[in-house]
Amino acid sequence: MEQPVLKVSGLETHFFTDDGEIPAVDSVDFYVNKGEVLGIVGESGSGKSVTSLSIMQLIQAPGKVVGGEITYKGENLIAKSEKEMRKIRGNEIGMIFQEPMTSLNPVFRIGNQLIEGIRIHKKWNKKKAWEHAVSILKLVGLPRAEELMNEYPHQLSGGMRQRVMIAMAMACEPEVLIADEPTTALDVTIQAQILELMKKLNKETNTSIIMITHDLGVVAEICDRIAVMYSGKIVEQGKTQDIFQHPKHPYTIGLIESVPDVRVRKDRLYSIPGNVPKPGSIHKGCHFAPRCSFAFDKCYEENPMLLEAGPAQQARCWLHEDAEKAAVLERVKS
Amino acid sequence: MQEALLEVKQLKKHFPIQGGVLKQQVGTVKAVDGVTFTLHKGETFGLVGESGCGKSTTGRMLMRLLEPSEGEVLFDGKEMTTLNKKDLRHLRKDIQMVFQDPFASLNPRHTVEKIIEEPLIVHQLGNKAERKKRVRELLEIVGLSAYHAKRYPHQFSGGQRQRIGIARALAVNPKLIIADEPVSALDVSIQAQVLNLLEDLQKELGLTYLFIAHDLGVVRHISDRVGVMYLGRIVEMADSEKLYLDSKHPYTQALLSAVPVPDPDYGKDRIILTGDVPSPSNPPSGCPFHTRCPKAMDVCSSVVPEFREIEPGHHTACHLYEEDLV
Repeated sequence: MEQPVLKVSGLETHFFTDDGEIPAVDSVDFYVNKGEVLGIVGESGSGKSVTSLSIMQLIQAPGKVVGGEITYKGENLIAKSEKEMRKIRGNEIGMIFQEPMTSLNPVFRIGNQLIEGIRIHKKWNKKKAWEHAVSILKLVGLPRAEELMNEYPHQLSGGMRQRVMIAMAMACEPEVLIADEPTTALDVTIQAQILELMKKLNKETNTSIIMITHDLGVVAEICDRIAVMYSGKIVEQGKTQDIFQHPKHPYTIGLIESVPDVRVRKDRLYSIPGNVPKPGSIHKGCHFAPRCSFAFDKCYEENPMLLEAGPAQQARCWLHEDAEKAAVLERVKS
Repeated sequence: MQEALLEVKQLKKHFPIQGGVLKQQVGTVKAVDGVTFTLHKGETFGLVGESGCGKSTTGRMLMRLLEPSEGEVLFDGKEMTTLNKKDLRHLRKDIQMVFQDPFASLNPRHTVEKIIEEPLIVHQLGNKAERKKRVRELLEIVGLSAYHAKRYPHQFSGGQRQRIGIARALAVNPKLIIADEPVSALDVSIQAQVLNLLEDLQKELGLTYLFIAHDLGVVRHISDRVGVMYLGRIVEMADSEKLYLDSKHPYTQALLSAVPVPDPDYGKDRIILTGDVPSPSNPPSGCPFHTRCPKAMDVCSSVVPEFREIEPGHHTACHLYEEDLV
């Protein structure tokens, strides 16, 4: 049995706003094994980014992690002090953000920004850190690495900046890499390059990756397992193949069906009626029930838990209480 | 033969780069560099490409929100590029635009009613009561309710705002709608709703769409014909099905293979392009794609390939398909 590198259980992150307490992340559980790529998929407002920031303990007021455990190498990260967290951030757990434009400091040279983290975490001298940084830039496939070290972020294209960000996150050989929408701001041909690079790094360095994205195509491309989030909760999780072939939650089915496919033209796109609920809107019962075509009385009364929906696949849907009811979903899919 | 609604011939937009203390022109950005296509009545023409390829600039020139540097635009047989302001305003009644950002394209201080009514006032259509009635009608058409008229844009979600933007474009009964990335700011589940709405409206009202987007899946879904742009030029143009199943230009092939497919079992030979899109202020000589093209030949770096019909209805600009060279 594999031991997970990072395990999140019962994570609760709430935002304390003027409109009251908003549970942006609501009892979220997942784990990622050594060398595995886990995808967290969801639409805007589903809580996927807040989850990643919670792991890094980067949630700022009015947000606060109010419950749960984040276990990394047997230790609970939530109980750690800011000083202890600094040793983990960037060193043990690296992070890549969506906007390569804004996550690099425009007034410092690439080299300076790259070696800063290396020097702090590895306690190396400048020369050694510099050499290491150059080798990492080469690893992420950037040409003229030595020259780039002396350039400023604005001299680089979007794709190159994202490679620098990946280099920065990988510089201290982290165990886990959290990538929050790393390719969303990039063009498809550049996106393909970056995804290829991430796959390569995952294989060569055996780094676990948590891939946070709204793009189902990206997930299918790179992830081993998936967790689908909706309205602050994980509504379905399982192996990538199982989820794409036999999605067990009505939301996942709707999501997969509503993506226009570049390979075949569907006559009409399936669309999920209604809107994504605003975080914090008050619900009784399942949060997806108002948009769900399978909803029955119980769905409006009681919020379902994650129920077993297949081998190594769980869905937060009352249909899975009863195998007969769950069969409805299979029929819809075909 | 289908009737042409809009004919675009050798359209160009060159932006000057000014530099130095005297603001002299030191170069040009060739944002759009000779685009030619025809839109037939009732069809959807998709224009795809990566950022900076000139697809939005093309769209804006057709509305004359930007003045073209060169070229002709014929709308219903009438030359548009030389029209004066008054005639142009008249013509804009027939061409309307839907913008990308549903947050920035609606005035936050106006009610939905005022936003949708404005084009009617500009074009002096109907009296006050008729306009109010029309606004409510339009709201129903795009799937909102009449009672939404008195609300402000911030009270709506992204998808609903895009519906308001569509209602505004429909207000004056246009013949052509230019939609510039209308769904790229929306979540997938909402995106599907808006795409379906656009299709329904086309069927009911007989609209013609110019659909500008970067998402190849979306473009395939909605378009009858597609043009692929690269560095200010259309490199390939064909019927949607043909283009996606049998693309000819190496850029189109690479672009299509780069799209991640939501199916983990889908094996494919991916063509990964190296490098970035060159700057349009300093485009490569010859074929603009030759620096990244996996099939580049000697001729590609010196001679600009002609945009020509290689099969009925299938145009491409690539030396690979010029018999005398191969």
